[in-house]
This record gives sequence, C-alpha cells and structure tokens, in this order.
Amino acid sequence: MITRRQFLKTGLAGGVLLNVAACTRPSENGGRTAILSALIPVVLAGALPAQASAAEPLIVRTIGGIEKTIAGLSLPAQKEIGELFDLLAFAPTRILAAGLWSPWPEATPEALAAFLESWRHSRFDLLKSGYAALHDIIFGAWYAHPDSWDAIGYPGPPEVS
Amino acid sequence: MRDPFREGLAAGWQYIDASELTADKELEADVVIVGSGAGGGVTAELLTRAGLKVLIIEEGPLRTTRDFQMKEAEAYPQLYQESASRKTADKAINILQGRCVGGSTTVNWTSSFRTPPTTLNWWQSAHGLKSLSVEAMAPWFEMMERRLNVSRWAQDPNANNAALARGASKLGIPVEIIPRNVKKCWNLGYCGMGCPTNAKQSMLLTTIPNSLYLGAMLVSRLRAERLEISGNQITSLKCVALKVDGLNTSGINVTVRARHFVLAGGAINSPAILLRSKAPDPYSLLGKRTFLHPTLVSSGLFEQAINGYSGAPQSVYSDHFLDNVAVNGPLGFKLEVPPLHPVLFSTTLQGFGEAHAKLMKNFTNSQTILALVRDGFHPQSTGGQVRLRSDGSALLDYKLNETYWEAARRALLAMAEIQFAAGAKWVTPVHESSAGFNTWAEAKNGLAELPLEPLRCRVVSAHVMGGCAMGDAPERGVVSDVGRHFQIENLSVHDGSVFPTSIGANPQLSIYGLIARNASELAKTLTGQSKAATL
Repeated sequence: MITRRQFLKTGLAGGVLLNVAACTRPSENGGRTAILSALIPVVLAGALPAQASAAEPLIVRTIGGIEKTIAGLSLPAQKEIGELFDLLAFAPTRILAAGLWSPWPEATPEALAAFLESWRHSRFDLLKSGYAALHDIIFGAWYAHPDSWDAIGYPGPPEVS
Repeated sequence: MRDPFREGLAAGWQYIDASELTADKELEADVVIVGSGAGGGVTAELLTRAGLKVLIIEEGPLRTTRDFQMKEAEAYPQLYQESASRKTADKAINILQGRCVGGSTTVNWTSSFRTPPTTLNWWQSAHGLKSLSVEAMAPWFEMMERRLNVSRWAQDPNANNAALARGASKLGIPVEIIPRNVKKCWNLGYCGMGCPTNAKQSMLLTTIPNSLYLGAMLVSRLRAERLEISGNQITSLKCVALKVDGLNTSGINVTVRARHFVLAGGAINSPAILLRSKAPDPYSLLGKRTFLHPTLVSSGLFEQAINGYSGAPQSVYSDHFLDNVAVNGPLGFKLEVPPLHPVLFSTTLQGFGEAHAKLMKNFTNSQTILALVRDGFHPQSTGGQVRLRSDGSALLDYKLNETYWEAARRALLAMAEIQFAAGAKWVTPVHESSAGFNTWAEAKNGLAELPLEPLRCRVVSAHVMGGCAMGDAPERGVVSDVGRHFQIENLSVHDGSVFPTSIGANPQLSIYGLIARNASELAKTLTGQSKAATL
C-alpha cells in the first residue's frame, strides 16, 4: 500500500491531485471564500482584532482585496491559484494533501495552523509554493489597506502637491 | 506637479492606446522597437534623431507622473510584470520587472553603475567579445550618465542605507555611495512605485518623450506576439491588443511592417518572442543562460527608528564580497539595501500569525540588507532557461544549485555580521526555518547549520539578464557584439538579454551604455550616414 508521503513524492503525483481536484469543480470561485474565511484569522492572528465581531468585517474586506489581487495576476497565475483552491476545496484532496479532516468552516485554529505549518515545511515544492501563495495573497491584501498601517507605524505616502 | 508626458500628448504626439482600438490595424515604420524600457528607449531616441521613422510597441499601460500615487496596491498591478509576482517555474524566486511605458526604468530604484571592469574583462577573455573593453565602453557610459544626470547621491543616506555603511565600516569592509539617475530628487523613497516628482530620469521622462517629440509613434497595451520570418528576413510583426485590464486580449490584431525590427522586451520577453516565432537557433542557445543576481535578504531590528520607506531607497553599497573572490571562483555578491514598504515587506517576511505580526509591529525599526549574487561566471553557474507555456507566455526555469547555496550562506553570514556591528538587537535571514538570532555569535552558529533550499530560503531578483547572448560567432551567441541577430538580417536585440553573464551590479546603466553604442551603429547602417547620432 502506498502511503500518503510516497504518493506525494513526485511532482507528477501533485499534478494528479490538482487534476482530480480540478475535475470536480466545487462551489463558487473554487470554494475560495470559505477557505479564506477560515485561514485569514489564523494567518493574520496578532494583526486582526481579537474580538470576532470586530474581525469579521475586516476578514470580508481582506477577501475582497485578495479577489482583486488575483484578478490582476497573469492568466497562467490565476489558473494556478484556481487549481490551488480547487485542491483545498475538494474534500478528498483536502484531507490527503492538507491533512484537514473537518470542512473549512469547522476546522479549529489549531488544525488550520498545523496545516499551514505542514505545507510551509513540506518536503514537496508544490505544497511549499502553495503555502507561499496563501501567505503572499493574504498579507498582501491586508497590508495594502491604509487601515492596517497605524498598527505598524507606517504613516503612508507623503503629500506631493 | 507638472506631467510632461501628458502635456506632450496634448500637443499632438503620436500615441495609440491599443485597448481602445475597435478594428484591426496595419502600421508601418522604418524601425519597430518592441519594448520601451532601458534598451527600447535609448534605441528609439537615437534612431529617431538619425531621421528614421520609429514605432515603439509596449505591452504595458502608459502611466505618467500624476498617476504615481505612491500606493503599493495600485503600483504593483499597473506597473510590474505579473503584478510584481512574476516567479521562476518552481516559484522559488520572485522577480520584479517593470511592465509599463518606460519598462523597469519607470519603477527601478535609480542605482546607476557602469558595467564593472571585471565583467567587461571577462566578456573579452571568456566570451570573445574583444570590442567591449573598458576604454571602448567608457564614452558610451559617459554619454548616458550626462544624459540621465547620473551622479553620486549627495544627500545623507537614509537610516536603512546608513546602517549598512556603519556596520560594514566597523568591520573594515569598504562601502561606496551609489550614483543615481535623478534631477532635483525630493528624497521621498517611492521610486519603486513610479516617480511622482519628475526627478527620476527614466525612459518615461527622457528618451521616449524626446522620440515622440521628434516624430516617433508609441502604441501601448499592444503585445508583440510573433515575428513572421521568411528565410533570413522578418516580413512583419504580428501583435495583439490587450483589453484595459492589461491581461486579456481584445481580439484586435495589429500587423507591423518595417525595414528593421528591434527586440527590447527584457531578458524574459525577448527570448520568448523569438521562441514563439520559431526563429532559427542552430546552436540551441536561445533562451539559455538567463541570469538573475539571485538575491538573499537579511532583516535586523534596531532600537532606533529606521523608517526604511523614507528617503532614497539605495544610496550605499559594498563590492567587498565581489572583489575578494576570483570572478569565476566561488560566487561573489554585492551588498545593497531595499526600500521597505508594507506590502513588499510583509509578503517577503517569513511565517504567519503572531510571529509575523510581531515582526510587522517592528516595521519602522526594521533594517534590511540584500546580497545580489553574481551568477554566470563560475562553470557551475549557468543560469536559467526561458521556455514557453502552452499558451505561449514566457516562463523562466532557474535551478538554485549547490554552487549558489554555498555563496548564499556566506552572504547571509556577512549581512548578519554587518547588521549586528551596526547595532541590531536581533537579526534573521528571510528563511522559513529561522527564528532569528540575538547576537552575532548565535547567528554565526545558527547560519552555519541552516538548511538552504529553494522555497525555504527566500530568494528574489530585480535584474533579469541573458537569454539572447552576444557572441563573437554564431556558435557562441544569438547576436553579435553590436546586437545584430546572427541568422536574421533585419533583426537586432537591444536589451539586457544580450549580456553573456550577469553584470555584477544593477544593470540599467550597463543597458543604456551598450545599447547607445549598438543603436548608434544601427542608425549608421540603416541611414548610410557615417556620423553617429548622439544623445
């Protein structure tokens, strides 16, 4: 029997996973909103307000920023991001590749952090680059917004008249 | 603030935004230039001055002074290739390259170095490029320095640059002041988002406007798709218009006919158009040996404010670690600093959650050093290869090998030592497995053990070079030492893709100088005049 680790050992296996996930075509925009709603509080912990009611609109805003970022990427990059979210949205590949048994809205922060850490330190380039993509789009959207600047002491661009 | 480009357009310069075209179009010129960056801009002005009818094709949008609002959220999608997230095939290297009128010169950090003598000497001895001596090139660099107001930065370096100078000096490592192509610079620190004060002497403000003033034509948002080649001649260039989003094609085709064709789309796009055009490549050299100065990043925390977003982004450098190795020995590296802005900094930093938030809370006290590794000289440093995706777009494969990682480790050590010497309380390489170090002794041990691998250790690049290398003969190059294609008679390549190795310094002035020489030669050939045009 092949183990999960062996299955993922080659880029080819990673490609198979992506293809399986892509063929299933889950919900709207690849289930992206549900996945990002779950991941953003974990990735932005320490930057988002601790109170859920205060964080909620900021998470929605950040998802909007991410969608805008993705829409501005090259078409091949948009396709790859689509495949990444397909992989994460489709339950069998979510369990196999991300090790997440619960659907996204029910996953605990600990399980989500463990997923991110496992991809971040994975032996497989495909998963490491998947982590890097999530990292970049979430932080990019958050710190692009002027409301995030106070907390880091950035005054914003100077005036030029 | 004045917007000289818009003033020129209002005065009747010939300009088409191809996203506004509603029907297919045919254009004709003496010379068509694909790309409006360092190579395209210089070529356009020299050829126009020689009396030739010039057409400049640019895939990116036209953005001018008043569009430059110093906001990362606007600048990266509008002014950079792939929204500033262009990556190598394995995603291990993030590449910053311009994609707008003016190309990378619109968004670069203004550092202006002549091609180092070490590099020119190596090209002469190892690549047979006998004509490119330091002496022969000097007048071309002088001309471009004068034209673009290049001079050593005379104001105080900002705190980010000053820390590099202070730490290095304490260790006895020599540093120098960077020459910049600016005029009446406001010292704001937002060069990477387009200069809002008309200080940066980019192609957007100099050669392109001058060419248009003298009668050249510019078309933006037009992608050069394919050269139609018949025997040893190009008969036409097939272009497709982009929609306003700059991503999707609009379905409008533009065919360009010209006597001569110049590719200046940069070292990823120029090889790619030749690959798409199935240009002759008898020695299988096209798109090979593409170099990046693959760059390591080290971040330190200081007690005092650094405010790395403010002030001229790059004003101090050290070539100590280039000069203390043989040019073809273990890879050397140039030390500089980057500007620090929230999006670029937060996406570059490792980790997530509380750990990342803590680093960001120290944003204003963070100081960052870059080590640009000189690739392409050592026998094991052969660079990357440009290939095509199934949709015809360009993709760069670049494998970071042991020869590279050996240099990377020395670079991370050197940067950490300098940062501690400058007074850093904490230093980390940008690396997914590093928790950072509190002392130089800790860093020295920790960095010696750190596993250095793609996608764990962050590697970035803002300099793409090679892929259509100059050679002394067709067996050793895609183009001659004046940029003429060896197999196609009416084709030249005028950008950083002609470099046979990396430069070992920020490449803009190397491109300006070499291309001024080559465009001047081309103007003489095409006009039959013996006197060269000058800038």
